[in-house]
Amino acid sequence: MPDKPSSVLIIGSGPIVIGQAAEFDYAGTQACKAMREEGIRSILVNSNPATIMTDEGVADVTYIEPLTVEVLERIIARERPEGLLPTLGGQTGLNLAVDLADAGILERYGVRLLGTSVRTIKLAEDRQLFRDLLRELGEPVPDSDIVETWEQAVAARRRIGLPLVIRPAYTLGGTGGGVANTDEEYERIVTAGLAASPIHQVLVEQSLIGWKEVEYEVMRDANDTCITICNMENLDPMGVHTGDSIVVAPSQTLSDSEYHMLRNSSLKIIRALGIEGGCNVQLALAPRPDVVAWPEGTEGEPELQYYVIEVNPRVSRSSALASKATGYPIARVAAKIAIGKRLDEIENSVTRRTSAAFEPALDYCVVKIPRWPFDKFPFGDRTLGTQMKATGEVMAIDRTFEAALQKAIRSLEVSGRSVLWEHAEWGDEPPLDATDERLWALLAAIRRNMPLEEVSRRSRVDPWFIERLARIVAMERRLLAEDLGPALLRDAKRLGLSDAAIGTLGDRLPEQVRALREEWGLRPVYKMVDTCAAEFDAATPYFYSTYEDENEAPPAPGERVLVIGSGPIRIGQGIEFDYCSVQAAHALQEAGVGAILANSNPETVSTDFDTSDRLYFEPLDEESIRDLLENESGDGGESPRSIVQFGGQTAVNMARTLHGSALPIAGSSADAIDLAEDRGRFEAILSELEVPQPPGTGVTSLEDAITTAEAIGYPVLVRPSYVLGGRAMEVVQDANELVRYFAAALEERTGVVLIDKYLDGREVEVDAICDGETVLIPGIMEHIERAGVHSGDSMAVYPPQNLSNAQRAAIVDYTQRMALALKVRGLMNVQFVISPQDEPDGPGVFVIEVNPRSSRTVPFISKVTGVPMVKLAVNVMLGRSLREQGYASGLWPERSLVAVKAPVFSMAKLVGVDTYLGPEMKSTGEVMGVDRTFEAAVRKAMIASDLRVAAGTPFLLSLSNQTKADALPLIYALHEAGCPLYATEGTAQLVAGLGVPVELVTKRLNEGHPNVVDVIRDGTVGAVINTIEGGRSEPLRDGFHIRRSATEMRIPCFTSLDTARAAIQSLSNPGSYEVLPISVYRDGDGAAK
Amino acid sequence: MTQHLDLLGREHPRPPARLVLADGRVFEGTAVGADVRSTGEVVFNTSMTGYQEALTDPSYRGQILTMTYPIQGNYGTNAFTDESREVQVRGFVVRELTDLPSHWQNEATLDEYLKRAGVPGIAGIDTRSLTRHLRSQGVVMGTLTRDETAAEALARLRGEPEYQGIDYVAQVSTVSSYDFEDDRQGASNGRGEPPAHVVVVDLGVKRNIMRLLRERGCEVTAVPHTMSAEDILQLRPDGVLLSPGPGDPMLLDHVVTTARGLIGKTPVMGICLGHQVVGRLFGASTYKLKFGHRGANHPVRDEQTGKVYITAQNHGFAVDGDRLDAGVEVSQVHLNDGTVEGLTHRSEPVFTIQYHSEASPGPNDTEFLFDRFVATVRSRGPAQ
Repeated sequence: MPDKPSSVLIIGSGPIVIGQAAEFDYAGTQACKAMREEGIRSILVNSNPATIMTDEGVADVTYIEPLTVEVLERIIARERPEGLLPTLGGQTGLNLAVDLADAGILERYGVRLLGTSVRTIKLAEDRQLFRDLLRELGEPVPDSDIVETWEQAVAARRRIGLPLVIRPAYTLGGTGGGVANTDEEYERIVTAGLAASPIHQVLVEQSLIGWKEVEYEVMRDANDTCITICNMENLDPMGVHTGDSIVVAPSQTLSDSEYHMLRNSSLKIIRALGIEGGCNVQLALAPRPDVVAWPEGTEGEPELQYYVIEVNPRVSRSSALASKATGYPIARVAAKIAIGKRLDEIENSVTRRTSAAFEPALDYCVVKIPRWPFDKFPFGDRTLGTQMKATGEVMAIDRTFEAALQKAIRSLEVSGRSVLWEHAEWGDEPPLDATDERLWALLAAIRRNMPLEEVSRRSRVDPWFIERLARIVAMERRLLAEDLGPALLRDAKRLGLSDAAIGTLGDRLPEQVRALREEWGLRPVYKMVDTCAAEFDAATPYFYSTYEDENEAPPAPGERVLVIGSGPIRIGQGIEFDYCSVQAAHALQEAGVGAILANSNPETVSTDFDTSDRLYFEPLDEESIRDLLENESGDGGESPRSIVQFGGQTAVNMARTLHGSALPIAGSSADAIDLAEDRGRFEAILSELEVPQPPGTGVTSLEDAITTAEAIGYPVLVRPSYVLGGRAMEVVQDANELVRYFAAALEERTGVVLIDKYLDGREVEVDAICDGETVLIPGIMEHIERAGVHSGDSMAVYPPQNLSNAQRAAIVDYTQRMALALKVRGLMNVQFVISPQDEPDGPGVFVIEVNPRSSRTVPFISKVTGVPMVKLAVNVMLGRSLREQGYASGLWPERSLVAVKAPVFSMAKLVGVDTYLGPEMKSTGEVMGVDRTFEAAVRKAMIASDLRVAAGTPFLLSLSNQTKADALPLIYALHEAGCPLYATEGTAQLVAGLGVPVELVTKRLNEGHPNVVDVIRDGTVGAVINTIEGGRSEPLRDGFHIRRSATEMRIPCFTSLDTARAAIQSLSNPGSYEVLPISVYRDGDGAAK
Repeated sequence: MTQHLDLLGREHPRPPARLVLADGRVFEGTAVGADVRSTGEVVFNTSMTGYQEALTDPSYRGQILTMTYPIQGNYGTNAFTDESREVQVRGFVVRELTDLPSHWQNEATLDEYLKRAGVPGIAGIDTRSLTRHLRSQGVVMGTLTRDETAAEALARLRGEPEYQGIDYVAQVSTVSSYDFEDDRQGASNGRGEPPAHVVVVDLGVKRNIMRLLRERGCEVTAVPHTMSAEDILQLRPDGVLLSPGPGDPMLLDHVVTTARGLIGKTPVMGICLGHQVVGRLFGASTYKLKFGHRGANHPVRDEQTGKVYITAQNHGFAVDGDRLDAGVEVSQVHLNDGTVEGLTHRSEPVFTIQYHSEASPGPNDTEFLFDRFVATVRSRGPAQ
């Protein structure tokens, strides 16, 4: 066995996109910890600043740089790591490792690939090699063909026959794949799949739709000891991407012989691949023939039937889920194996008395439900198939499937979507095809007395699950029909019905149900996730609630504080808030206070067993939070305080509840939060403070809305009060649009609608910390896009590049005044707009929004300024003033670096969603470009967010009338950079008028070729600038096809001239960029180790 | 009383039942299985699948089995999964027993299956609490009842014999010798080699042991635990397997004697109770574990290769390795608590394992030991 390396490079997974989310922050963070435990120097690179792994003190050296071969080579040359750990950064990490090896870079610098070999990666990822290997092993694979051209695709269809599954090679989350039942579908999906695959290769495969889908998480060490950590069964059978499936652990419908048949297969495969570390094997198992017919030739009593579907030779989303489902730290152990440790040499950190060489035994049931973004994108295609669409997921644990499932539903935090939810348009036969709403449709079908066998046959969901859902419905019927007594309530709670659902069914308020529970002594107990089904005494305080007899989580002694987490990753509430929650737990521990964490997201660092002193894996709703706080209070004891300002809107929303239940809050009070969110109270305070905001008001009727809009003048910004991620926010240009907006708002019963003057100026935001006396502003960020683009979708620059001293001073002054007046204790985020006109009465700085909580820029600003914002805020909440912590009021001295935060989108995966940037947030993740100059930082941000355009790239321009004047300098710049221009009718006229050569392309799709879609699809153009008027929720007909085509062809599509300008600026000044640890940019060369 | 719901929302109030432990602890739940009282040693198994195999494993004779995985009966039961001729446990304890199994091979619900077998059970109790109790207090006698108060049941329980004194092997072993025919359709017999003859001394054998030997081309004869070495050798076996079984190995002097008469004359493999018998033969004492090893996730390290295997285990007694003869070495140990998991004779073709390489239920990682045994058997020819 080779020596343990002394230094290791770990590649992170980059921005959060659909198919690659927070699970890799969890994996990378564990890997860094594991390296530290082993005394190995860790060097980390990731482009995503919102991660815990890129935080100070996790790795020994941290680079926040774009994930490209060039950047990685420069890091390797600078740091000279002995080993490279590529298996913890998702597909991104794996692909980069292969690229580095292929480019000869690993060899040149003598870097050893750890945990897996290039051969293994290629064996697992290349369909043909993988199939050959499995055939050699005697493992069954579905019949399939590798296809690289349309001619081959035709031949494959002829040979295997429809239906066929199309899977592109080397893509994230199955991007570009699908199931084809018809020739038309086949052509469309194969074409898109070939385009999506970086090696222009797709697998065309015999359809196993409806078969049971089962996954095994497998580990192997260099001594060839192999174990499985966990198996998982998908409720949604084959045909739905596993990332979009409801998943149960352990498997529920597999007999012992089936369980071990598939386990044997998984072990055989990891051995053959020679992986040292973790691996994920997906298999399809024969379903019940009365639900899904078996293929020809398997009639009667067949041999046990299964197929191997896929192998991921790395830590994956499923392994994060398996880690949280079992308590077994897969990433940590995989990292240790990769540097040469044997499984039996690694401690089981849960029991601390056994080793990592064992298989966890569960004595509970785990249910995962994906979190889809269709609440944000109501016009997106909700059909689920082989292409993943979920942005995140929730997990819940209980002693029965029904209870775990219902807790998971509560954890989703989709407004109004309780277990009882039904679509208003569902008639007698709710649609049972695979969509994000299917779970509720299954319940609805059962409620309508559809025979259970039929529900099963139509959905292909195994009858075991359907019958479990039927038990929930049966309980609903009892609750509707019977008087609620102690026995019925106990049964309902044991089956997992929430107080709210029980209340709805029995015509009671949730609070009344709670009171009955109190009266009848029905409280949940908390049981430990201990990896061993109670066989050994375990040391890890990881708990779930259940209605059983014995409580294993009595309150710990001493002062404790609860940090309420942020739930599933969704658009508008991403990994940034998990970063804050984790930081908060660490800060509490550092201050000698016990940190209790509550969260429902299995992908995150916050739900890692050693992040807090006690972890409650629970839904983040009123019932669960109050229950666990009561548990923490003991009998008649005092409740620990709760921190609500780090977990995004999820946690902030708990403030009122906690306050109402007389449960104490640490930090800004419920009233301070209400003050900032209540339009009337907020306006009163601002005018008292003489802090200007754009004219506007809150209205409840259309009449008032029109009067208000006319008084302040169009365009106006309209939105419901209480929003995060800009949901349902629009820029409205005239009265007609206002009428339309109001009609929709009334339908959704949004209540108060806010109408503000829309200022077409620069947006600026700050994060601040306040202790009641001192207000510290670590940094100001200036947005590249003008107001109107959601701040989460804007590129943000630190420090600001275009502010006058007077504006800067005003921003600091207003922030301080507001923080003190709002009685903020902890963090606050303020968004400003700088008026585009000269304002005679002042600096032209207006407040748009104040949030007395952590924002999504907290990790970014913390990292670039070095101010540990969350820690300072937590200490403030614990009673230590900023002054005591060594900080004074005002703006923290600016660093000599420039950092640009850029959003990253997952639009290619969301068919039917319009991609233009507007007031509604659409991005799923972010990257950071940091350097010594603005140009270099922007350039890196563009590279890292995949918006890089090379000089000479042909552009397609289609500009709205409003933006044409603004676009003139851009057009000249493109021309000078040697970019051939193509333009739609009106824009072409404009360009030609400037004397710049341009080719006209029609945007009318049925009037001749080439049209806009043609030039995008056939690769004539390599980038698009497309601006639109206004901003609204439904797809805008104008330019929709342009934007979708560009997205599907994965070429940059700029819908804001500001973004395009920045991209083109960096294009015309190619210049060089630095590659340095973040600490060196920030603190100078002395910081380098 | 906990209501039990069927799919149409109909209520089947299941009668209440109690599990009363000899130490006075009482668990109240609902009755499943047969309507009889039953007493046994209360043990727990952490395997998440394989309830039917476990219920019919003779090694559970005299015991009330608790499954720690809370949802049992999911895939039903069928005739061909039984590991012996009957349900062996004295009682079955679960958090939830489903009436709604789903599997294409399902023939009867687990509840029906237990009823037919005349074995009672209890559902709806906090099995994790019970498991924690057993883990900290050690296994204990218990009784299942529907019609007595806890005090009455406890008084009755105290009058019943202790697990440890009973010779359960006598209850489970075959009465007369028989040749094992595979009961499964399409089962192969061997891989083209001429058959070898293996005698299995039935101390409570599981069918899968005999199936795996058949698969490897062996003709298998099961013999009663009382058969002497001379009589066994009369059968001219190519090898002898001492099977697993229930109870205290200290009660099996006659089997130790039999083993003594076999070793040196024919290759011997011992599994579980068979392993303990061989351990005694080579000078070791045996002792009772606090709460035993029962599950499908037990890591065992091969002392020679350092490799770890995940094994299925079901034993309450273990071999003390301290006083073993010099001729025998401890070949494998349990990773969690250092228990002796395997013995190998330095000169004779004898090896034993404490765990169940035949799986069923459990992982098949160590099935290769049957290959090893059969290879040894083939290389030696019939006993002289």
